[in-house]
This record gives sequence, C-alpha cells and structure tokens, in this order.
Amino acid sequence: MGKKVAIVGVGMSKFGELWNKSLAEISLEAGMYAIFDAQVKGKDIDGLIIGNMSAGRFTGQEHLGAQAADWGGLGDLPAYSVEAACASGGAAVRQAYMAILSGQHDIVLVLGTEKMSDVNQSMAMDTISVASDWEWEGMFGATFPALYAFMARRHMKEYGTTEEQMSLVTVKNHKNAVHNPWAQFRKPVPLEVVMSSGLLADPIRVLHSSPISDGAAGLVMCSVERAKEFTDTPVYIEASTQASDTLALHDRADICRMKAVVSSSRNALKETGLAIKDIDVFELHDSFTISEIIISEDIGIVKKGEGGKAVEEGLTEIDGKFPVNASGGLKARGHPIGATGVAQIVELALQLRGDAEKRQVDGVEKAMSVNIGGTGATSIVHILGR
Amino acid sequence: MAEKGVAQLWRKIKAIYTIQGDHCTNCDTYYFPPRVVCPKCRRKGQLEKYTFKGLGKIHTFAIVRQAPDTFKRQIPYIVAQVELDEGARLTAQIVNCDIEDVHIDMRVRSCFRKITEYGESGIIVYGYKFEPTMKVTGHE
Repeated sequence: MGKKVAIVGVGMSKFGELWNKSLAEISLEAGMYAIFDAQVKGKDIDGLIIGNMSAGRFTGQEHLGAQAADWGGLGDLPAYSVEAACASGGAAVRQAYMAILSGQHDIVLVLGTEKMSDVNQSMAMDTISVASDWEWEGMFGATFPALYAFMARRHMKEYGTTEEQMSLVTVKNHKNAVHNPWAQFRKPVPLEVVMSSGLLADPIRVLHSSPISDGAAGLVMCSVERAKEFTDTPVYIEASTQASDTLALHDRADICRMKAVVSSSRNALKETGLAIKDIDVFELHDSFTISEIIISEDIGIVKKGEGGKAVEEGLTEIDGKFPVNASGGLKARGHPIGATGVAQIVELALQLRGDAEKRQVDGVEKAMSVNIGGTGATSIVHILGR
Repeated sequence: MAEKGVAQLWRKIKAIYTIQGDHCTNCDTYYFPPRVVCPKCRRKGQLEKYTFKGLGKIHTFAIVRQAPDTFKRQIPYIVAQVELDEGARLTAQIVNCDIEDVHIDMRVRSCFRKITEYGESGIIVYGYKFEPTMKVTGHE
C-alpha cells in the first residue's frame, strides 16, 4: 500500500493532424517538456521507454527507442518501445514503474507516441483494425467501429442503453476539452449534431468515435526516495495492474463486459486498499463512447447496465460524483494510439498537482486511469495519489 | 518467400472454406477459428478437427458504412457475430438480406463467397458469409 514510484515531470505535444511535424519531432517535443517540467538533467536519465502501436505501418519507421535517444541527445541509455495496441502507452508507464521498483533504473523517461496522419484514411483504418483479431475479424469485413457497434447493439438490447446516452458522452468530453490546451477538438458539440453525424457502423456515428490523431505525451518517473530532488509536487503511482482477455470479441461469452477491465481495476483497488468511491477523478478509455459507458460499469462506478443513465444524470461530469475524462478523453483530446495511455497519466498528474486550470476537479487526492487495447483484450489500470 | 497472402491463406483453407474448427473431447467445447491448444483444458485438452454444420443465429451486428478500400465497393454491408448451433461464435458478413431486415437472433446459414482481395493484383480470398435460412431448403 502507498507510494510506489514517483512522477516528477509531465509533457505533451499538441494533439491533432500535425502535418508539419514528424513522429520523432512530436516525441521529442513531449519528452523535452517533461524533462523541463521535472528540471532533471538529460545525463541523469538512465532509461527510455516508448509506448507505440504501429509506427512501422503508419510511418515506415520502427526502432523508436534508439531514434528518440539519438535525437534527444540522451547518449547510450537503454531505450526501447513496447506494444499493446491502444494500451501501448499504459504498458510503457507500467514497464517504467516495474523497472524503477526493481532497482534496475533510477530515472526513466516514458514517452507515448503515434503519427497516424502520414497515411490515408483507408490505410489508417486497416492499421487500426490489426488491434483486433485481424485474421478472423478484420479480414471478414469487421472494421474497428463495427466491433464496437457489436458491443453497443448488445448493450442497447440487454440494458436499454440509448443512442442519446452514447451521444451525451461526446457532448461531455467535447465540453471538457475546450479547456485542454493540447486537445485536438476544443469546441463543444450540441447533442443534435452528434446524433445526426454520419454513420460509421450503425449504431456508431463519426462523433461517437475518437479521431485519427498525431501526438505524443511524456513523463519523467523516478523512485519515491528521490522525487523531492526534482519537484515539490511529485505525484505517486500507488498501483499499476494489467490483465488480458480473448483477442477476438466473438470469443467472449458476454460482450457487454470487459473482463480484463473488471479484474485489473479490482486488483488495483485491492492493492491500494481504496474503494471506487475514494477515487476523485478518472481517465477512462473512450475510443468509442460506448466503451466509456462499459468501462464505467466494469470498474464499479455504477452497476452493469447503468452506465448510460449515469451520463444522462451528470454523474461523470467534472462537477459530478465521479468525474470522467476531464481532459476531453480520447474523443476530444484525440487518440494518437500509443500516446493515449501516457496522456491519461499526464492529465491525472496535473489534476493531482492542482495544475489542470479550468478543467480542474476540486480536491483531487486519488485518481484512476483505464487504458485498454483492441476491444478490451488488454486492460491497464493505474491509481495515482499525491 | 511466398507472395503476400499466399501462404497465409493456403494454410487455413480448410478452416475458411468449410468452417473447420476443433472440438475438445475433454471439456466438450467447440472452437472456431481452430485453436492450437484448448484454452480451458490446456495440456489435458484433446482437440479433434470438427467441421461445423454452418447453421446459427445472429448474436449482434453492425451496418458498415465506412470501410477500407478492399471493402469499399460493398458498403453499406452487414457484418455480424454468428453464434453457431454447436456453441462457437464467429464474425462474418450477412448477405442476401436487406439492411432493414437484419435483427438479433435471426437464423442464418453459411454460404461460400468471395471475401476480399490482397491488393489490386493480389490473390482473392474466398470463404464463409452467412444468409438468412429459408424454409424451402429445410434449414431452420
């Protein structure tokens, strides 16, 4: 129980379609901001871990660890990337957490990065769908939105969830992103605009889906003992848990429940001795708005089937009982795949430090992120505290 | 080296042409797509090849309206999770059915169709799609 590893610096690149910048440039930008924020010296960093899903397909470049160390002038430190589809960023944070806890590393720079706009939309869709079971889902015509539509349609049938409730998640997250300087979409959208936006895969519409984005996020992490050397306001990781489920959605008995989210969030709460009501702010993986609804149920904010109603009643608003995605979430902040899991932690660190400006939730003591891969085949949960 | 897709498809022709999966005789579970080990029984599992009857019902579905290039010509099309009568579930397109008529629990049977192509001059993938059952064929 208690503090395990410290986060002493955070940094972000702008999220959006950044045509004038390369993958290496945005990664460097986020990393440098995190290093400046931590006031750590480059030579003191002894490890670099990058969360990235598919640079090879999106840009043609792999071997990102060596590239970032080279471009950043970080010398000969060990550097590598980790991949867990949309949970790659969370996996990178967790790798750094374990590396520091084990004593192998003292100060680690964590980056999450993805550059998705260097390919056309068709190629981007193809690449996103390899996060599912491509051979048995994607190849047969099930696009990524279609897989989430599968879940949405079952959720609507079994629990009466409505299209309006799925749309209200978008309205909330866009409203929050107005105050997030790094967000891709900083403008509110009215409910009727969401509900009349184009269909991707019924019942999922364009405005129920996270966008295609470029962006990077960075963290400087170190041991709890050394944290105060760098900052007066460190935040601490109190639990970092991960679980897996079947790769293909069709292999799950209940597609309205993400079992990996259930177990990883329970284990995280158990490790910290906290109950869900003790968490003051959440970053939940809303790659599609139905996933925010499902995850809010699976972590226990509400009972199974009541996630849609929770949004309707304002429970997950910034001033609600369980604020979800004060940053704008994947929907409005943007979803550069490998960056997302790290960006969630950046947001929660800012919330814990009281630095989240106009999107600040009052009195944040504990925070939780849920970063999932594919259709929930990977779930990575972090609990942070001050 | 094989041309793109050739070996990848050739080694699973039986599975995608005939819906051949596995039956674990230890736990009596049917698997599709084929598995290397029974995920429930692991080393105690006894997997035997099993060709599914190709009958089932729609568990859930979506109408795809934006798709990658290889599927663009077909939009809007129906893709569904089909629960086979033996218990396994798979993902497939639903054909011979208007998008207004498809519904959860609809009875369907497999049919043999072209699925996709590996690029413009690449090999053509054939395999299973599903269509509504019809009384005349005796499938219900």
